Amino acid sequence: MRLKDFPEEELFLKGSAACAGCPGSMALRVAFKALGRNTLLVVIASCTSVLQSPFPYSALGVPVLNMAFATGGATGSGVAAAVEHLLKKGILRERPNVLVWAGDGGTYDIGIQALSGAAERGEDFIYVCYNNEAYSNTGTQRSGATPYAAWTSNTISGKREWRKDVAQIMVAHDLPYVATASLAYPTDFFNKMRKAASIRGTKYIEMLAPCPPGWKFPSDSTVRVSRLAVQTGVWLLYEHENGRTAYTAGTKRIIEGQSELLPVSEYLKAQGRFRHLFRGGEEDERVRDYQKRIDEVFDNLRFASRLRERLMDLEIRG
Amino acid sequence: MSRMVDIANHIVAHAVKLARVGVVSAYPITPQTQVIEEISRLIESGEMDCEYIPVESEHSAMAALIGAAAVGVRAFSATSAHGLAYMHELLHWAAGVRLPMVMANVNRAMGPGWNIWCDHQDTVSQRDTGWIQLYCASHQEIADTVIQAFRISEDPRVILPVMVNYDAFVLSHSYMQADLPEQEEVDRFLPPFRSAWRLDVENPLTHGSVIYPGDYEEVRLSMQQAHDAARSVIAEAAEEYRGLTGRHHGALVEAYHIEGAEFALVAMGSLASECRVAVDALREEGLAAGLVRVRSYRPFPREEMVELLGGLKGVLVIDRDISFGMEGALYSDCKAALYGRAEVPIFNAVAGLGGRDVPYTTIMDEMRSIVRGERREAVSWPTVCLNDHHLASREGMSRCG
Amino acid sequence: MAKKERKHKAPERAAEPGVITTLSVPVVGSVGKTGSWRVFKPVKDEARCNNCLLCWIYCPEACISKDIRIDYDYCKGCGICAVECPRRAIVMVKEEKGGKSSR
Repeated sequence: MRLKDFPEEELFLKGSAACAGCPGSMALRVAFKALGRNTLLVVIASCTSVLQSPFPYSALGVPVLNMAFATGGATGSGVAAAVEHLLKKGILRERPNVLVWAGDGGTYDIGIQALSGAAERGEDFIYVCYNNEAYSNTGTQRSGATPYAAWTSNTISGKREWRKDVAQIMVAHDLPYVATASLAYPTDFFNKMRKAASIRGTKYIEMLAPCPPGWKFPSDSTVRVSRLAVQTGVWLLYEHENGRTAYTAGTKRIIEGQSELLPVSEYLKAQGRFRHLFRGGEEDERVRDYQKRIDEVFDNLRFASRLRERLMDLEIRG
Repeated sequence: MSRMVDIANHIVAHAVKLARVGVVSAYPITPQTQVIEEISRLIESGEMDCEYIPVESEHSAMAALIGAAAVGVRAFSATSAHGLAYMHELLHWAAGVRLPMVMANVNRAMGPGWNIWCDHQDTVSQRDTGWIQLYCASHQEIADTVIQAFRISEDPRVILPVMVNYDAFVLSHSYMQADLPEQEEVDRFLPPFRSAWRLDVENPLTHGSVIYPGDYEEVRLSMQQAHDAARSVIAEAAEEYRGLTGRHHGALVEAYHIEGAEFALVAMGSLASECRVAVDALREEGLAAGLVRVRSYRPFPREEMVELLGGLKGVLVIDRDISFGMEGALYSDCKAALYGRAEVPIFNAVAGLGGRDVPYTTIMDEMRSIVRGERREAVSWPTVCLNDHHLASREGMSRCG
Repeated sequence: MAKKERKHKAPERAAEPGVITTLSVPVVGSVGKTGSWRVFKPVKDEARCNNCLLCWIYCPEACISKDIRIDYDYCKGCGICAVECPRRAIVMVKEEKGGKSSR
């Protein structure tokens, strides 16, 4: 669907407690447009627990169950099972979308057991991880999703480890649908949400969620930083179905040579959490580590893409 | 009516089926496992119309239960000991979310070391989570209480989760007889699932977001009021169930030979059955002994304690748990209920931890010393016996320097 | 469905029985008129705007309508619309001192 055809109805209600420029509210808003009113939302302890506004008012226009930190996959399983039961009984006529919304802390770290369990059981819900790459709600501590060399309040000289990749862990669970998304590409995200809603089983979508206070950039740059993450190859956009990964939007264009891969320093320089990599006008060697990794990834992706084209060509020629 | 001769764990599964539960989520743990094995068998054979979620942990079992109840479905789980402890965070959440649900807990000791046998440390440790806690003493009572538990939990005056507790092995794995009511009878007793609220796309509400100090306390008071209201709801449910089946196991307490008694025992669970034997034997000796079996530990039977124990010459509370740094938890609660309202010499025996046998003769000895006025210490551990194993273990430890 | 003033009931009413749980009601302005947070406000140049809808979809607070009208009662002034507008049809203007103007 194209932008002009997106529903006008707002289920994220303005006047919320979200920070100015919040990626979480932006992502929720587009997710709501994709899924519509017939949605049951489970929110796992995260910034979204707060940005929805305090008791007794809410910025969320769909039914919401807020739940404890480690419970995303499990609560989604319970909601989905109850929905299934009511559908069988004819008490519920139309199948609602079950959406579990969690941050990277709730997904990568404390909640990975429940998510993995639900994914293995094939529970019928959409799990969205909005990944702001730190425990932002508690003041930006490192998480399993925090990228290499990034400042957090408990990695003050930069995180020493590379992040893990839960989207790929979900691919390894053989899910019917796994996708990544970016706030800079709302149509791509919208279409992925719609597709996820049309598939039965566990669907996992991970949204990179650049956080102005946590990543230390101005509130007007949330989309700009999101776009740079894709353009520099730090964040890959893809969807994985039926055992095949298809790259989408900005990532696809880079792989196919329609747009260039920007230097990673452009992405890193846009954020205060990487400021220590550029002190005194010199680039820290960790910037080169980054570029080397990204170049390797894209060399492989481009090679695989050309190989596929060549093979398809051969197949057509017979 | 259908008569079963089976282990309590299987009988629970059949009671859950009669309650027309829509979602079960549970994780295996000894000595509860056969509950969920039997439920999954009933579902697979088509005898039970229910979704079963074989979750990967107890923490997830309780989270899934909350999710299911929030959609508006009758939900059930079962666990024990470490499983219950692992749920702890979500036991608070389940009570606070104000949704009905029922869980069976097979009372088992906590580690370390690994001890799968009976005591009440697991559930007493979860006393303050907001759950209603009922303790059973027989297979028949377990079957009947599971059905009553749904009715209590879903009563508009209550809307709190209910935990049905029964003792590891003594009850969970022993073969006994229990009569189960007919489906139509249960349907009359237990109307279709109702709750205070649900996730409803027609009336979207948000549950459980941030709540400030200016608003929070009233939410907690509401839970306390629900517990207070549950006292009469538990009694009503038991009474109405009697009308249906002719069976009654007591309301908040079950009293035995308490009329005219001068001395009384207080206990929970299967230990209360042993206490009945002790009471009978003491009565044969000419001693006016009675028993108060606590069936509802939360809400606590405050009034019943005053009414039944007030004015007695001596009371012995037997705890199958220990509130470290204090005394048996049931003992503390009994004293608190009596405080300022009745003067009763009241003593505590902490016994039967980790499945240790508590013979009725030991209970009689404890009681006799109270009767003779010889009892000095408030709290005794009458089944403790330091043996060669402990000494060998201590000797091993001494080698660590 | 604008948020209503919070009214505190008399203390004795707080002890009335009946379920009180942490259920919240969806409203516009769940934390009030968040336009007061703003330091800079977005101003649209009608002549430059071609209704590409990017500002509409990128607004994190749903404060720009699909016909590109900005709700100053709730706009927090994040500035994403101005940065993302491909035709520079939105500029950020400093709020006058004393701020909170909704115009």
